[in-house]
Amino acid sequence: MHIRQEESERHVLSVTVDNEAGILARIAGMFSARGYNIESLTVADVSADHAVSRITVVTNGPPRVIDQIIAQLDRLVPVHKVVDLGEVGPYVERELALVKVAGTGEARIEALRLADVFRAKVVDTTLESFVFEITGPTSKVDTFVGLMRDLGLVEVGRTGVVGMLRGAAG
Amino acid sequence: MAEKSGADILVQCLIDLGVDTVFGYPGGAVLPIYDMIYDHPSINHILVRHEQAAAHAAEGYARSTGKPGVVLVTSGPGATNAITGITDALMDSIPMVVITGQVATHLIGTDAFQEADTVGLTRHCTKHNYLVKQPGDLARVVHEAFHIATSGRPGPVVIDIPKDVQVATAPYVKPVLNAHPSYRPQVEPDADAIERTADLIMKSERPILYTGGGIINSGPAASQSLRALAEMMGAPVTSTLMGLGAFPASSPQWLGMLGMHGTYEANWAMNKADLLLCLGARFDDRVTGRLDAFAPDSKKVHLDIDRSSINKIIPVDVPIVADCGRGIEALIAALKARGYKRPDYSEWWARIEGWRARRSLDYVETGSEIMPQRAIEELFKATRGRDVIITTEVGQHQMWAAQHFHFDEPNKWLTSGGLGTMGYGFPAAIGAQLGNPDALVIDIAGDASIQMNIQELGTAIQYRLPVKIFILNNEYMGMVRQWQELTYESRYSHSYSDSLPDFVKLAEAYGATGIRIETPDQLIPGIREMIDSPGPVVVDCRVAKLSNCFPMIPSGAAHTDMLLDPSQVSGTLNDEAKALV
Ligand SMILES: Cc1ncc(C[n+]2csc(CCOP(=O)(O)OP(=O)(O)O)c2C)c(N)n1
Repeated sequence: MHIRQEESERHVLSVTVDNEAGILARIAGMFSARGYNIESLTVADVSADHAVSRITVVTNGPPRVIDQIIAQLDRLVPVHKVVDLGEVGPYVERELALVKVAGTGEARIEALRLADVFRAKVVDTTLESFVFEITGPTSKVDTFVGLMRDLGLVEVGRTGVVGMLRGAAG
Repeated sequence: MAEKSGADILVQCLIDLGVDTVFGYPGGAVLPIYDMIYDHPSINHILVRHEQAAAHAAEGYARSTGKPGVVLVTSGPGATNAITGITDALMDSIPMVVITGQVATHLIGTDAFQEADTVGLTRHCTKHNYLVKQPGDLARVVHEAFHIATSGRPGPVVIDIPKDVQVATAPYVKPVLNAHPSYRPQVEPDADAIERTADLIMKSERPILYTGGGIINSGPAASQSLRALAEMMGAPVTSTLMGLGAFPASSPQWLGMLGMHGTYEANWAMNKADLLLCLGARFDDRVTGRLDAFAPDSKKVHLDIDRSSINKIIPVDVPIVADCGRGIEALIAALKARGYKRPDYSEWWARIEGWRARRSLDYVETGSEIMPQRAIEELFKATRGRDVIITTEVGQHQMWAAQHFHFDEPNKWLTSGGLGTMGYGFPAAIGAQLGNPDALVIDIAGDASIQMNIQELGTAIQYRLPVKIFILNNEYMGMVRQWQELTYESRYSHSYSDSLPDFVKLAEAYGATGIRIETPDQLIPGIREMIDSPGPVVVDCRVAKLSNCFPMIPSGAAHTDMLLDPSQVSGTLNDEAKALV
């Protein structure tokens, strides 16, 4: 007997929660307890009185699992709202990465040239290294990091995705 | 304003919330609370003998009274011992509030004596949990906890209270709960979904009502509404294990329980129905059998207060998120508004009667041994005319009880369905007896399960609770042995109950009555004696050792592939089926 895997799709969920102790463990733990995937998860408090946090979770799974994930998140007591950004409308997603590249000569020049193409900023430099700051959708960051691998990539730090619906509505 | 200690605030909240019974066990981290309880005789504290039993007793109390069960245990081992009962309550949607002591706030995280991360450990086996760090927060948290435990889909809520928070003081004002910012269960059904359901009912030729524990959780009024709807439609009714009693078993419309050990007629009717009204049930794997063969030709409506139960296992045509009682009432109103008249389902009923004629619950008697099914039937007969509450442990005896003891009212059948916890039945019976002092409360038990919380005989004696334990003693973990017989060629690996105690002497050691029933002619008088004996009674009823529980849908099989008797059993299963459990 072998274990079968189902086709999955990527979804970006925006979850508004009470900013209380243990909330992250509650959310992340629900994913692991029920065997759901987390590609990335970001959290920060977003209200003036620090009472409410916004969590963006990127997850993947078959449609019926995504539906379950939303329902399971929604029934947690401190969860106010769950929005499946891709389902509700067009949305923007951004991720920030710091990318350290070391090298000299041609490779160094090429790295800087590509950084320019990707509109990455140089936030630190020495004679043999750069730290680039790049923002964009995950795919853009992936591509940039992929290119840097051949040009002396040392390390990468990524924030994970934040997302928001386009247009005036909140 | 005069300040009160955290412990005082807690006890005051419990009184304000109408709590009269608390199941608990003391320890260092709850001493301030116990000291406060000493001064409040209006709170009836029941000292159990193990914290798991406190939680199950609270479940039994809750399930039989409709009120939340309340548990009080100490930190560390007190809390971890309670976890099985808390998880059981989560799986079966039982309203329960568990108060756990915790080490003082400055010691949290230092591996202090009897420290356990109770909030972390119970995060996924509670509906919600709290760590209270200020006595000033206690009142709000306690009131909110009771609200969350009892509303929406009920469940257990843990409140972890560090010892210094129990001692420190704060002003106390009885809190007024405003609408919760994020927790707002949907109680009223969507009108459009109700209309679409009414459309489906009007078109259906072969409907079936598939009901579950949600109806019982909704309260007695929901059971009445279910009866009204069934009466209006003239449709057959089946139920899950958890829903037994919501619809009267004495009704001709009753098909018996469905699922793995359900009746032939219930499972075939599910399979052949063209409309399935799932009311407060959740398509558990014990109910559905093989998913792609589950009720294949039916439209499906699912009424549930928990949206995450809908479309989780089986995709449905009409989801209705609402309280079961309110949903059924709305449906009745919608049908009435359309001038609905009971349709002619005689063809459908003729087929059902054909299935019923297979008499799937019948069993063969040898004469020399007591058949366990017979024992339950006699127990049923002997208790007519009494207010009976039945609890069970987990195993064959549980299924035989579900099949052969018939319930006409809700809240009379208490069993561990979702978690299937051996050791549930006896403490649950203690809780039920406390909530229903005049009822005849019987735990139908197995010889293995009863040993998991047998220490509670001490509790039953101390509080003079006349609960009866009726052990169907087959000297096996019968359900395990049955699966081994059916799927592992009778290789009985560690399923024999060796070194059983003498249950009669054990009862007597605690000061209870012990009765042994060994032969068929002793069965009826033995049961009589059990009922007539005051105080707790343990009956060691020796039954046929190798009986199997039929009918049975083997794991991974369709409803229509039921095994009705042992002759249909091959003794092996393929790996796919073995893996399904
Ligand atoms: C706490 C716990 N451990 C293990 C099991 C697995 N299990 C299910 S039924 C069963 C045997 C129960 O035996 P007994 O109580 O004698 O009842 P019988 O099946 O013989 O009626 C076991 C071990 C369980 N359900 N619960």
